[in-house]
This record gives sequence, structure tokens and C-alpha cells, in this order.
Amino acid sequence: MAPGTFLFEAWQARQSLLSGLGVTMLSSALSIVMATVLGIAMGVVLTFGWWWLRLLARLYVDVMRGLPLLVLILFTYYGLALFGINVPAFWAGVIALGAFATAHVAENFRGAVQSVPAGQMEAAKAIGLTFGKRLTHVILPQAVRRMLPPWVNTALEIVKGTTLLSIIGVVELLLSAQQAMARNYMIIDFYLLTAALYVAINFTLAQLGATLERRYSYLRY
Amino acid sequence: MNEPALLQAREVRKTFGQIEVLKGIDLTVQQGQVVSLIGASGSGKTTFLRCINLLEEHDGGEILLDGDPVGYTLSGTRRKRLSETKISAQRARLGMVFQQFNLFPHLSAIDNVMLGLTKVQGKGHSEAKDIAQHWLGRVGLAERAGHYPYQLSGGQQQRVAIARAVAMQPRLLLFDEVTSALDPELVAEVLGVMQGLAESGITMLLVSHEMMFVRDVSNHVVFLDQGKVAEAGPPSEIFGNPQNDRLKSFLGRFHGLFGRG
Amino acid sequence: MIDYHFDWSVIARNSGKLGDALLLGLWLAVVSLLIGCVIGLLAAYARVSGKKWLSAPVWAYVEFIRCTPLLLLIFFLYFGLPEFDISFLDKTQSFVLSLSLYAGAYMCEVFRAGLASIPKQYVEAAKAIGMRPWQRQVYVVLPVMFRITLPSIGNNLISLFKDTSLAAAIAVPELTFTARQINANTFRVMEVWLTASALYLASAYLIAMVLRLLERRYASIR
Repeated sequence: MAPGTFLFEAWQARQSLLSGLGVTMLSSALSIVMATVLGIAMGVVLTFGWWWLRLLARLYVDVMRGLPLLVLILFTYYGLALFGINVPAFWAGVIALGAFATAHVAENFRGAVQSVPAGQMEAAKAIGLTFGKRLTHVILPQAVRRMLPPWVNTALEIVKGTTLLSIIGVVELLLSAQQAMARNYMIIDFYLLTAALYVAINFTLAQLGATLERRYSYLRY
Repeated sequence: MNEPALLQAREVRKTFGQIEVLKGIDLTVQQGQVVSLIGASGSGKTTFLRCINLLEEHDGGEILLDGDPVGYTLSGTRRKRLSETKISAQRARLGMVFQQFNLFPHLSAIDNVMLGLTKVQGKGHSEAKDIAQHWLGRVGLAERAGHYPYQLSGGQQQRVAIARAVAMQPRLLLFDEVTSALDPELVAEVLGVMQGLAESGITMLLVSHEMMFVRDVSNHVVFLDQGKVAEAGPPSEIFGNPQNDRLKSFLGRFHGLFGRG
Repeated sequence: MIDYHFDWSVIARNSGKLGDALLLGLWLAVVSLLIGCVIGLLAAYARVSGKKWLSAPVWAYVEFIRCTPLLLLIFFLYFGLPEFDISFLDKTQSFVLSLSLYAGAYMCEVFRAGLASIPKQYVEAAKAIGMRPWQRQVYVVLPVMFRITLPSIGNNLISLFKDTSLAAAIAVPELTFTARQINANTFRVMEVWLTASALYLASAYLIAMVLRLLERRYASIR
């Protein structure tokens, strides 16, 4: 392996690439967890809340889904600083990504829950279950199959969306690769390497989703 | 040498996977005749009709349209499959009306009729429009020319489909159980149109479960049973003096219809 | 955080610039969608062709694009193509190429589903009146598929419009780039980003309205 060959340069850059990959994975994971928890909560509000609460949630969801993710990230980044909230770019990005994905999870949750036949809720009421129990024991187990494909899609979008953090200076995978290119000028090779890493992550994620979906395929209505 | 029959089928065979659906069908349709195929479902009537129009390809025997083999040419004794263009040209000589109407959903009634006239026969727009208008009038739908299929009842859709087929002036019109998908109260309007066409001398080959209609309009009736012609003859013979046991029991189901209960 | 004083004059002063930027974004989205539709249609036919050597590369293309960040694709074409001595594209054209390739993969899936959903009876009816294979596609299959997939095409247009914000990364002067520039020059953070957000939202809403009208116009398929 001589200097100037792809393998050599990739080996040279391994530290920064791996750390970039770590940042990508971490920011994705944090955003996805945040979006799943908050999204389901907001989905409950969106489906079962009082009308004014529903309206607020609807407004949030529609605004988030109508804005480009990059605008959201930039707005959060500059906006938080403006109000003296001094968070690193990484956290500004995670908050923006999470807030964005929350809206998508909430909307998918609503769609999935409403696809469960109304008779199920009535039957659960009829045997005297409380609202929380109706939801966790009757509705959600049935809705989960409908929720999974869009949830995996959202997760995929998040992983891809973390590249936008490079624009506010977070050294995630894409930016770390670009920094390596600035040293070795192996533009094609390093972009392809980076793309391969993203494809590996996302393809695995998509396969995982497909497996989970099959696992729940006994739920049909 | 005799003028060849308009349609001549000899020993037509067709197999789907393991199942032999047609086991050698012979049938002749002369110019101006109305020939009906009757039989229980699964007897191969529809498959046979679809073979004539090359929506299915028969794998044995021959089907001759005006003396030309349908779907292939003969070089010596070897069959050579026709090109898609030639097959399309053969289909254009036949008209077909389907059980499910199959109107083009994105076109109005008159555009449905005009599509074949302009794109297949290459007629000009105004000529095609006149022809389409004429035939929509003949099926009693002149006022509905601008309606889309979803705006028409099943009976009206089927009448448009008939206009679409007959406007092409086919040598032979094929009808595949065209009233089976209709609500009972809409059957009569479609049969009425078909009767009118039969009386005007258009050659027709139809598959139908409407026994009264078959008896009244046909020159020749063919009873198919398990992929074979079990009995054939003029309607008076088939309905008045059936010989085949399976035909007798088949007709028995319709007995009340003929007022001889 | 309370004592932020809004000064909207910065928006008024830059309104022309912002308007041009918005129109550029819309234009980029529409052009990319059109090219993407052509790519997607060819790709969809290749996918349903039943020929492995045609469908396998298209499958790889679609999966690759779906798993790759758009920003990476944009950088790759913008910085990578000149390495292959392909340098006749300026940054806007390079971006359109990226977004079109991206859209093509998504449209391929839309059209593939559309083609699969067309009842075969329509094709049989077209055969029965003697249409040739290409005529059946042009006069029956494609018009029906277009109507079936119109809502999905519309959603893709809105997505692509939002994606044009990534052109900012290679300094194409669309809305996000322009907003960021004004932000950097004036530090009127709230005014600038609220305006940009409002413009994006209003445009997306407007596109949705137009599409709703179009769908009604073509609502002949139930």
C-alpha cells in the first residue's frame, strides 16, 4: 500500500471517518428515539385529544411537514443561539431532526390507529377497559403493523438527514469524508466509500423493517 | 372452389397448465349468421371466444378467419407466429364485447368509440365522430356521448362497449356473457340492442346464459360440455328436441323460462 | 430571550431577492420532476419488463438512491463529475441533474405501482379493437396510469420543492441560500427564517391546491 492509493488513504483517514460514522449513528439514534417517544405522544393527542389540543398538534404536524429539513436545522441553530441558549451544533441538529421526525411519526401513528376498525375500540370499551388499557392492549398491538413501514421510512430519512448537520459544521460522516478529500484529493473514491457506508446502514435498516413487518403479518384487516 | 366460411374452427385445443380446457372444438360461422355458445360455467365457452380473438393462443387445431389462420402463418406445415402488428390487424377484423364492459375509464363515451376508429383505422377526427355519434344513437345513447364511464349505469356502459365494437365494422362480433355482470333490471336494454344488431344482418358469435334470447335470435346453437361440442343444431332442435343427456339436464335448469314447467 | 425587537424592514429591502430565490426553487423542482418522470417511466418499464438484465440494474439504482443522502449525491456530481472531465455543467445544472436522478428513483416506484394497478381488462379491450402494443401503452395504459398516480406525483413535487433547499450547499441562490446570506449580513435571524419558512409553507400549500384542482379535473377514474 503506497501513499496515493485508495486503500492507503482510506486507512490513513480511518480515525476521522469512524468518528464521523459514530456521530452520524449517534445523532440518528438520538433523533429517532426522541421522535418515536414524542411522536407517539403527539399521535395520541392528534387522534384522541380535545379539539383545541388536536388543532395545535395538527398545526405543528403540518408546519413541520411543510418545511424543508435544512431550513428547520438552520433556524434552530441560529435561533437557539439568538436566545442565548448555547448548545453545540450537534444538539441543535438533533433537536431539529427530532422535531421534524416527531411530526411524521405522529401523523403515521394517527393513520395507523384510525385504520383499526372502530368496532375494536367499542369492544374494548364494552369489556370495561380504561382508555390507557384500550390503547395499549387492543389498539396499538393492531396498529403496529401499519406503523412499521412508515416508521422505518422516517428512520431512513433521519439517517440521510444527518448529512445536513454538516452544513452547520457538525463533523458527521459526510463532512469527515470531505475533510479527508481535502487532504488527499481522492474525491470520487471517498464519495463512493461514504455512499457505500450510508447504503450499508440504510439497507440494513430497511431489511430490518421488512423482517419486523413479516413478524406482524398475521395482523390483517 | 367454395367461398370459405367467415369463421372456421377445427379441432381447437387449449391447455392451461395441467388442465385441458378445450378438447377439440369444431365450429363454423357463415356470413350473416348468429351463432350462440351455451354450456355450464367451466365448459370452455369463454376460452374459445378469447382464442378466436387471440387474447389466448390455442395450442392445437386451427381457427380460420376468412380462410386465414388466426395467429400464425403456414410455411409448409410449420406454424410461424405472426408479428404483434399482424395480430393487431387480425383483431381489428373482429369486434369483442366483454362481460365487464372494459370501457376506457379516462375517455368519454364517444371518445371510447372513436379511439379505435382514429388510431387503428386511421380515420379523420370528424369522420370518426360522425360514425361514433351514429352508433351511440343506434344503442340509444346519443345524449350520453360526453359522459365518462363512471357516470353511466352498467347497462349504458355495456351499450357503449357494443357501439365501440360495432363501429369498427368488424367481420364478426364476439359477445362474452355481456349481461352476466349487469343488475337484472338492466339486462333487457342490452339484449334489445343486440337483437337489433342481429336483425340488421351483422354476424355474431355469442356466449350467453340468456336462454330465451339465445333461442330467439340464433341461427345455430352449440352446446359445449367439458371442452367439447356435445350437441349443435338450430335452436328449435336444441331447445325443442335435445338429444344429449347433459344438454337435457343443463336446459332443465332453465325450464321455467320456456313456459313448459 | 424576551427583548428581541422585530425589524421587518430587512425583509422589505430584500423582497425582490427573496422572490427570485423562491421562483428559482420552484423552477428547479418542476424541471427535476419532469426529467425524473421520464427517467422513472423508463425505469418502471424496465422493472416490469420481466428481463433480468433490464430490471436488476434498475432495482440497484432505485435502492442505491433511496439509501443515499441527497446531499451526498449533490456533492458527488458537483465535485466528482469534473474529475471525469465532465465540466460543462454549471452548479445549477449539476443540481438539477442530482435532483432528477433522485426523483427518477422515487418516480420509478410510483410508476411501477401504477402500472401494476391497471386492470388487465383495459389492455384486453385495447387489444380487441386491434391496437398495437405501443398504441395500447400510449392511448390506454399511460393515460390511466397518469390519473391513478397523479396524487403521488403531486406529493413528490412538494418533496422535491423542499429538497431544492439543499442547493444552498453548492451556492445555488435559491430561497435557503438567500435567506442564509441575508441572515449573515443582517443578523435578523427571526425575521429572515420566519419569512423563509412562511414562503416554503405557502408554496407547498399552493402546489397542493393546484394539484387538488388537477385531480378533480382528471377524476374520471373511480
